[in-house]
Amino acid sequence: MELFINLVLFSMLVVTAVAILKMRHLFAVVMLSGVFSLLCALLFVTLDAVDVAFTEAAVGAGISTVLMLGTMALTARNEKMPRDFSFIPLAVVMITGAVLIYGTLDMPDFGSATSPAQLHLATEYLKQSPSDIGVPNVVTAILASYRGYDTLGETVVVFTACVGVLMLIGNLARRRRKDEEGAE
Amino acid sequence: MFAVAAIALFVGMIIVLIRLYAGPTLYDRVLAGNAFGTYTVLFIGILGFLTGRPDFLDIALLYALINFVGTIAILKYFRYRAIGDTSPTPRGTPTANGRLKDQGAKS
Repeated sequence: MELFINLVLFSMLVVTAVAILKMRHLFAVVMLSGVFSLLCALLFVTLDAVDVAFTEAAVGAGISTVLMLGTMALTARNEKMPRDFSFIPLAVVMITGAVLIYGTLDMPDFGSATSPAQLHLATEYLKQSPSDIGVPNVVTAILASYRGYDTLGETVVVFTACVGVLMLIGNLARRRRKDEEGAE
Repeated sequence: MFAVAAIALFVGMIIVLIRLYAGPTLYDRVLAGNAFGTYTVLFIGILGFLTGRPDFLDIALLYALINFVGTIAILKYFRYRAIGDTSPTPRGTPTANGRLKDQGAKS
């Protein structure tokens, strides 16, 4: 059953990716990329990585859809046909993909008990965290308690980025509104 | 039982994907995207019961929230042609740089 679920999800992922390449109507591309992220999130859930899945859904299907729509409001709504077929980007993508696949060959099998990730630190965390913290999700325990300062730092970085973007966009909108009033 | 439900959800997802790809109007595509998000929520629920660990149902609820907020953002984009800056300029009136504010509404 798990193999069947993975097969169906991956084939839908491939179909969505091809559809994104084929579409010229950019709004449909935005919606399809949201669907692509949701499918990725589902695959992460089947791999038991619910926190990664949730981040993927929130960023890929939530925020980036909104950001891309905002970009579309400022630019064109249809993709221009490419003038000629260029070989170099295709070659770059192919080589990068081949190198990445080559890099996965050395990795241990999925869920293998003898992989380095399962041997050293993870067992300690699995043993300690129920008595140390008492949260059933070990990943949450590590992120929020053992690495609490690290997570706090990440949150501060994201918050600073948000404040910066908001200040930039807010200034832009205010200036444009003032220009419109001045023109009238 | 749950396997049958999962297969039914897959069939629904594929139909929705076809509508998203083919859909003649924008609203078909908005609805298809929203429906796909709902299918994701349902599938996470079904997956929990399929694997015998329904601990992730609360996460499915969060997906429903993301889906709702995303759809609201898309519809807001259609209504105002912009997401952050919703200045009350009426639709179809020329703005400062002489362009029509609402040019692409027909597609």
